[in-house]
Amino acid sequence: MVPDLSRDEILRYSRHLLIPEVGLEGQKKLLCSSALVIGTGGLGSPVALYLAAAGVGRIGLVDFDVVDSSNLQRQIIHGTGVVGQLKVESARKRLRDLNPDVQVDVFNEPFTSANAMKIAHDFDIIIDGTDNFPTRYLTNDLCVLTGKPLVYGSIYRFEGQASVFYAKEGPCYRCLFPEPPPPGLVPSCAEGGVLGVLPGTIGTIQATEAIKLLLGIGSSLVGRLLLYNALDMSFEYVKLKKNPNCKVCGQNPEVTELIDYNEFCGVPGLGHDEGSAGMDWDISATDLDARLKTGEKIRLIDVREPHELQISSLPGEELFPLGQLAGRLHELDSAQEIVLFCKTGSRSTRALELLVSAGFKKVKNLHGGINAWAREVDTNLPVY
Amino acid sequence: MPMPVIRIPTPLRSYVNGLSEIPVQGQTVAAAMENLLTQYPAMRPHLTNTNGQLRPFVNLFLGESNVRDLQGLETPLKEDDKLLLIPSIAGG
Repeated sequence: MVPDLSRDEILRYSRHLLIPEVGLEGQKKLLCSSALVIGTGGLGSPVALYLAAAGVGRIGLVDFDVVDSSNLQRQIIHGTGVVGQLKVESARKRLRDLNPDVQVDVFNEPFTSANAMKIAHDFDIIIDGTDNFPTRYLTNDLCVLTGKPLVYGSIYRFEGQASVFYAKEGPCYRCLFPEPPPPGLVPSCAEGGVLGVLPGTIGTIQATEAIKLLLGIGSSLVGRLLLYNALDMSFEYVKLKKNPNCKVCGQNPEVTELIDYNEFCGVPGLGHDEGSAGMDWDISATDLDARLKTGEKIRLIDVREPHELQISSLPGEELFPLGQLAGRLHELDSAQEIVLFCKTGSRSTRALELLVSAGFKKVKNLHGGINAWAREVDTNLPVY
Repeated sequence: MPMPVIRIPTPLRSYVNGLSEIPVQGQTVAAAMENLLTQYPAMRPHLTNTNGQLRPFVNLFLGESNVRDLQGLETPLKEDDKLLLIPSIAGG
């Protein structure tokens, strides 16, 4: 038996009660429903805020990160005063202020195959706001195996994707993308950047879809992928079909329980240093500085994009944006000492792999990138 | 003469000199792809595997339909067709 709304609740949700598609019964449904938000970053921020404002009765938040200044350009659930604090605690405080009637359960831990079933089991709907492929495949498989709808959103620079993957009624994420790209092939927002308001748009679409699904109204994005381009201000849709050979939701599924998603995506587990190419291939900022000071001739190859030079650069560096490197190998001499660098060491690790496969041996990766140089050698340079 | 056009999403534009749309000749998706990759070889590892098949983390859509749901790479193209490249992105 669903309790009636109190006087305060009637006032708080009055704009919902006025919509016939929601009304009193719909609002009661929302108050009795639950949603798990994976990630409290760019997408998770607007999702959690709108679900709480709408009166979704129980909201789960999963994240293990702390708030950093560089998050605040887009992660609007957090503020300057909570930099350094746990994201889930920062988000819980903000949601409690926004709507004290909503129960917020926080999980300050990485979402993994070991805990995902336990965390997700009593939530009605799962919302994917993560920033990495292993967690996206984990969340998809979890939703297929437990029969829960997954509200998907993903962003990069000016472009976003959104859909609802609900294997009971349509395709899943693996039907569209059977396998992840090799690590490093697709740049992350930390390396490539993202327009701050973009996750606001995509996250708000995810919140809309979640609320519609919880209410059982409207036409959801099941079987459709929304493609949003902020630069062109275009919204397009493509049709998604269930893949009968899908390894998790197809006719003869191979994935019948959660697997090791780091292994599946070819990425090292948590705690791995993304700015490292591996011990023998790395050089630290301080070691590089010491070698340069002895007058040693080392070519400093910057594989970032040209506009990043305006933020920071190293004296004597040469710009070879990663996308051009393969076509410009003839400009490099394998007999010379080469140090590759980027912002954090991630792109330069890809560049190093390319050079090594082309036969270069006297090549190193600046561990931690120019940001490490800015922290350890030249503190006048900004970290970005 | 009008040609089919391939739309390039942001994450892949650094491999095609920043272009968002590229006209490519070809009467099938495979022919258009091959022309694109001949012009921009840096794109190849992002789109096709060593057998010339589309990699499992990118999709090509002709209009609203995934070419995998049509005739795959053998799907015929008309001169005013638009191919939409949809890659995996993971940002959040």
